[in-house]
This record gives sequence, C-alpha cells and structure tokens, in this order.
Amino acid sequence: MMIINLRGVRGSIPVPGKDTVKYGGNTTCIEITTDEGDTIIIDGGSGIRQLGNELMQQLPVNCSIFITHTHWDHIQGLPFFIPLFVPGNNIDIYGSFDPVYMKDLKTILAQQMEYCYFPVRESELNANIRYNNLKEGEAIRIGSATVTPILINHPVLNFGYKIESNGKRFFFTGDYEPPLNIYQPEDEEYSEYQRLINQQKQILTDFIQGVDVVVADCQYTREEYPSKKGWGHGTHDGCIEIARDANVGALYFTHHDPMRTDQQLDEIYRDVMARGDLPPTRFYTAMEGLKIEL
Amino acid sequence: MSINHDQLIDMVDKIPTFQESVHRILALTTSPDCSAKDLVQVIEHDPILTIKVLKLVNSAYFGLSQEVTSVNHSVVYVGINTIKNVAISVATTGALPKTNKAGLNMNHFWSHSLAVGVIAKLLAENKGVKKNEQANYFVGGLLHDIGKVLFAHFIPTDYQHVLQKAEADGIPLHQAEKELLGFDHSEIGAMVAEKWQLPSELISSIRNHHLTEEKDQSSLSLAIYAANQAAHYLALMTQALLDENDTEKTLLKAAIIDNDLPQSVKDWLGWPLAEVSKWLSNLDEEIDKALAFIDLSDGE
Repeated sequence: MMIINLRGVRGSIPVPGKDTVKYGGNTTCIEITTDEGDTIIIDGGSGIRQLGNELMQQLPVNCSIFITHTHWDHIQGLPFFIPLFVPGNNIDIYGSFDPVYMKDLKTILAQQMEYCYFPVRESELNANIRYNNLKEGEAIRIGSATVTPILINHPVLNFGYKIESNGKRFFFTGDYEPPLNIYQPEDEEYSEYQRLINQQKQILTDFIQGVDVVVADCQYTREEYPSKKGWGHGTHDGCIEIARDANVGALYFTHHDPMRTDQQLDEIYRDVMARGDLPPTRFYTAMEGLKIEL
Repeated sequence: MSINHDQLIDMVDKIPTFQESVHRILALTTSPDCSAKDLVQVIEHDPILTIKVLKLVNSAYFGLSQEVTSVNHSVVYVGINTIKNVAISVATTGALPKTNKAGLNMNHFWSHSLAVGVIAKLLAENKGVKKNEQANYFVGGLLHDIGKVLFAHFIPTDYQHVLQKAEADGIPLHQAEKELLGFDHSEIGAMVAEKWQLPSELISSIRNHHLTEEKDQSSLSLAIYAANQAAHYLALMTQALLDENDTEKTLLKAAIIDNDLPQSVKDWLGWPLAEVSKWLSNLDEEIDKALAFIDLSDGE
C-alpha cells in the first residue's frame, strides 16, 4: 500500500489559529510511505517538523526529501527536522541546482542555517546527509519506488514530482501556474507562443496521464486570479482542466492561501463542486493530517 | 610589431556593445510589473544575448529534457523570472571574444579575473564601503584585464610573441606588451570600458591597475590594484606549496610582490598581502562556481 500523508497544505506562511484547525496551518510537506516501507518526503515546509518528531521514534531514520523549489514555505521546516541532527540517520536531499544563482541545495540550506537565522549551522548537522541535484525527467529509484521530476512554471525553477511504486502513481504539482501567453491576440507572436504553451501543457498531461492521485496548487479562485496573474499559483479551474485532460483518479486542492479560514475553504469547495461539466475525477480539499491510501 | 592608436580604436570598435541591452534589461526589470513581452523583445534584438541565453538554458546546469529553441520557448519552459535573471547574468558576464589563437589560456584568465573581483569586493567590505557600491569592486576586478582578451583575439600572432617574451624574460605581461606593442592591456581595457559606458571610476581602475605613481587614486582603483597583486601573491603561495623544488624562489617572488606595492596602495590596505589569505578561506569555492557560470555563458 502507498500511503500519502499530507503534513502541511498551506501556501506562503504557516497560519495557526482557531480559523485553520480543520485544514491545518502548516506549509507544504507530503510524506509518502511505499509498500516496502520507504519514506519519501516532498518539501520541507513547516509541516516537516512534526513528521521528523514521529520518525525519530524508530532509529535510524532513513528517508529521501525531494524539494520542489527553495521558496521559504517549502524549506522553512528543514532546520527543525530533528532527524538531520542525529548521527546514524541517513537522509538524501534532492532538488534542482539553481543555475541562475549558482547555488546547490547544500549551499542554500547552509545559508538558511547561518547563525543570524538559526543557532545551529549546516556543517554541525550530524546525520549522514547526501545532496543530489536532479535533472528533469531523470527518475530516481528509492527502494520499490521511482520519483521523476518535471519542470513546471513558477517564478523560480520548480519541479513537480511523480512517484510510482508497484503500479500506484501519485503526482504533486509543487507550486504551479499554467503558463500565460505574454502576447495579445493581435500581436504577431501570439499564435506561436500559444503553440508553445499548448505543447508544454501536453507534456505535463502526458507525464501524469492516468495517475491515481494528484495534489495540486490552486491557491486562488477564478475570481481572484486576474489580480494574481504571474504570481506563480494556479486556480481550481486550472486543476480541474488538468484532471480532465490527464484522466486523474483523484485530485486534492492544496497550497491554500494563508488568508483562508476553514469556513471559506469549505465554501470555495462547495462553489467549485457546483459547477457543471466536472470530469469523473474525485475532488477534495487537501487537509493536514489526511492519509490517502493507494 | 608595435600598433598605433588607430588600430587600438579599431579593435575597441569591433567589440560588441552590450551595454544598451543590459541597460534596458535592468531598467525593465526594476519595475515589479516588468512586461515579459518587452523583456523578450530586448533579448531578441541582441543576437549575442539571445544565443547566450539559449546556450545557458540548454546547458547541463538546467538539465532540461527538451531543447529550448527560442527566447519565447525558454520563457514558456523555465519561466519569465528565470529568463530575466539569466539575461542579466549573461549580459553582464560576457560580450568578450571567446577564443583566441594567441595561446592566452581563457580558464586562467577568468579564474584570475574572478579572484581579483572576489578579493576586491572583500577588501571593499573590510574597508567599510557601502553595500550598494561593493558590486563595482567586483566588476572592476572581473574586468581589469579584459584588454588581454582583445589583444589575443585581434592580433593573435603578435600577442603570441608578447606571451612568449613575458614567459622567457620572466617579466610581467603588461611590461612585455608595452615593449612589443607600445600599449598595454590596461589602456585598451579602459577604452572598452568607456565604450560600454561604465562608471568613470571603474574605467580609471582598469586604466590604473598597473600604474605605480598615479596620484589621487580612488578607493576603487586602489582596491583593484591591491586585489590584483593579492591574487598573484596567493597564486604564488599555492604554487610554493605544490612545487617543493622551487619553494624558496616562489616565496621570494611573492615577497617581492608584497614589498613592491606602491605606497598609496600600502597605505590604503593598511597591512601586508600575507594577511589577505587569512580571510579568504572559501575563495577557491567562490571562484569555481562563478567560473563554471562564465564558461557556460561563453558557450565554448
């Protein structure tokens, strides 16, 4: 059985409080446990702290952490991930080398843990930590599973991850805003650019065709989106379109805007579900602590 | 063999201007509402920039699974922000010729230039130069020797003789250039910097990085001078460690460099070059990273 445990479903910043009890206040972290007991973690948002505490109950901890991108809400929990501090634990960290700033993950984590931000330095972490730079499309084998990254649109280089194990398939979009045409319909370049966008969408659709479960970024509603264009996040309608095109079994809306209360998330879900012409995909609102079993 | 001033100007004229694209990219991207369309247009109107952006995006560093074939394609594929950053980096790191037949080792050239850039910036920090001015120190260090690349590219045969003479006589390159060509690389380097409309202090720092008696040098010029000699000094110290047979001779050379610093530079620095290495522990790592980037954007 593949178990997908949603450890953090908020975008941007943790939001604890009475209005976020139901869906949770932690930022992005997903724990995947494969049939054979391998632990794969996607992103180190604040949700990774509690996961680390639980993993510490059985030493040594062996796990692989895949980072979609290095924006704060996806790495801010890493310094609080206790298994990193304990000798004998084996932790593989995977992600993109940042070719613009010429930084690898180790450098980024080391900077995140400089004394002015945190009392322990990266060089003082005692676990066996290995840093691995991923290439798009290059599958990584973790026990019985493979994890394949695909580059998807966001203001920084950003991966979506597909995890496959014993016929079960899961995909996480990371943060994702479907690419927009930068030209106006009257511009000469419009149709060429649209062709490239369509090609890009097709690559993503083919990549996740028929996956069992997708957890996807839909920070904004379609009403909000026009004023949030280019911010790097998607909408429920965009996610529904992806689910339809790729025949996705189930899709969980995530990266909830930090401004949303539980009640608002419920209302948005009801609105979205009231739309006609939904594909046969089962849709849910991602909830912290929810375990999806495949 | 010596060249005249007109030939010098002719060489400078042949160097592509990248300043306008860079200025426009910087101007565009300072606005948070930077139009992607306008940015693409600026890049596309500069063929060199276009090629370099595409080369970098298609390089192993990005690890893309499909080849990106146009600027628009790259924006769709890796996003406008990434392309904006790539364009800024590429535009500012290289409008220089990539290869030369003179035998000037470009990897050595860049690693020395980067070392001088990094050291100059560290010196600036140490001297309390304001954060927003420190970038000039890095750029000054990075560009101080660009004249060598122009000579090597445009007069490869003559420059090969210059390189050989410097090696055979054991004299600094700028001295061999002066003797054989009549001009040294700091002069032509400053002319290119003028053409690129770099700040006047930066131009002076390139022009003066070998002058020993210049009066009223700016802090930037003094820093570039000191950083250049510090980089040579550190290279000799490393060499002394590696080559046991010649250790004493190499150490002596290093000591001479330290001793021969012009008084103005010594005064500004406040301590001997030997002290520099104490706060440069990760210099090699910084240089390696930046070097890899420059190799890529040069595309060779």
